[in-house]
Amino acid sequence: MSLVEALALPFFQRAVLAGLAIAVMSGVLGVFVVQRRLSFLGDGLAHAAFGGMGIGAFVIVTTGLIGSSVALLKHPLWIALPFSVLAALAIAALRKRTRLSSDTAIGVAFAVSVALGVMFFSLIPPDVNLGLSVMDLLFGSILGVRQGDLLVILVVAAAAVLVLLTTWGRLAYATFDDELARGDGVRAEALELVLFLVAAVVIAVSATVVGIVLMAAYLVIPAAGARLVARTLAQMTALSVLIGVASTLIGLGLSFYLDVPSGATIVLTQAVMFVPAAVFGARR
Amino acid sequence: MTGAAPLHQGGAVCVRVFRVTVRLGDFEVLKGVSFDVPAGASLAVVGPNGAGKSTLVKVILGLVAPLEGTVAVFGERPGANPGRVGYVPQLKTFDRTFPATALELVATGLRREWPGRVRSGEREQALAALRRVGAEQLAIRPLARLSGGELQRAYLARAFVRRPELVLLDEPATGVDYLAERDIYDLLEEYQADSGASVVMVTHDLTAARYHADRVLVLNRTARGFGLPEEVLCDECLEDAFGHKHHGHGPRV
Repeated sequence: MSLVEALALPFFQRAVLAGLAIAVMSGVLGVFVVQRRLSFLGDGLAHAAFGGMGIGAFVIVTTGLIGSSVALLKHPLWIALPFSVLAALAIAALRKRTRLSSDTAIGVAFAVSVALGVMFFSLIPPDVNLGLSVMDLLFGSILGVRQGDLLVILVVAAAAVLVLLTTWGRLAYATFDDELARGDGVRAEALELVLFLVAAVVIAVSATVVGIVLMAAYLVIPAAGARLVARTLAQMTALSVLIGVASTLIGLGLSFYLDVPSGATIVLTQAVMFVPAAVFGARR
Repeated sequence: MTGAAPLHQGGAVCVRVFRVTVRLGDFEVLKGVSFDVPAGASLAVVGPNGAGKSTLVKVILGLVAPLEGTVAVFGERPGANPGRVGYVPQLKTFDRTFPATALELVATGLRREWPGRVRSGEREQALAALRRVGAEQLAIRPLARLSGGELQRAYLARAFVRRPELVLLDEPATGVDYLAERDIYDLLEEYQADSGASVVMVTHDLTAARYHADRVLVLNRTARGFGLPEEVLCDECLEDAFGHKHHGHGPRV
């Protein structure tokens, strides 16, 4: 089967569309995550989503919602999503109200979330078919994206990109120098909260579909590569999206030809694109 | 100094600080500080490290709210008119890994947000502001590659580009060499003479305060002295504020 024939297959089309949507939204988001030194936030929130999925799956099984005819109610995402948002708010509050730095605040949320996820998944009887596995949540399966998942990802991507592009100038200003921006009337604290909430939603939705590892890669590697060659933040944003999109298309194509796991191939493609950026960027 | 700035209390007041007390956590950073900056005048705020100088700048910018007392800038609450204030921060505050050109930094002075693309009108104004501070050649240079003096010129251009009526500077000469430092004060005075703007600058350089300000506020949590430089920058006043003698380090009077 050729790649063109593969592109005619619905599951492959869904993988490409989901990958592109995640590449675009995390490309824009990742620029702020990298510049604000919040790379660990992606990992933390992705693992928070794992905890939320564990709780969600447990609730669905114990309340009998698993037999519901409404597809959304059967999906643990509706609990994982508010859980991730709560984790983001908790991280923001820990940063603001205590003397803890971001990485420590995220580290606390990260560990507690994973423990909750493992605990609740272990409480689910093994004979219950959830339609998703712990391994899928960790390492994902972009080729297994369902129609409903794709719809959620596309809606979230459109909303996230809209919010990020609308606030881009102010977010960028506050990222450059929080004090300078606030002196010019920018509400930097409120914007940081918006950034955290967007990150929570983007990461929860993406991580539950393509896995924690792939999501964390999408959030950091394209923006980090772009940072090494870009001269302005606008260039960095465009390049970050471009690297994400290109690595999705190349990674999915390569995984098809080589018959290797698609998520891992996308991450490795991003890494390969990062290397010339690092070499070229270091010479400048 | 321009010599044109009014030194009497009767004219319009640009900044009025009245019995301001600021507490950060358990620590009282400022206590009962009062002073006025008449329109068109320049004030230097001097004092030892930890005296509350930078906090005072943040109070005037509207970034820190006083626990007690009142502050008015152009007769309104601080922060109400950001477009009328040009702020030059300490060099250490910005993120040096941020990919940016000097032109973009100057453009934030016009747009009050980070420019995705500098429009042609903004570009002309930003270039004119850079030219004014003798730094047009820096326009497309990455900020991370600029020296302390070059960076300070870019920040001055950013402050001047919006034609502010009040210029606020926090340690403008820290991290720049002597020649660049002299240029900064010359450029500031030139702008002030040209625009009639008021200036408030925080400095620990007593010589700069002596020669580049109409008035001096000696601060060490409380106002230890306020008035003409030659009156306030005397040994007794400085000893009171700094807690030790300043022979040989004080201003050349």
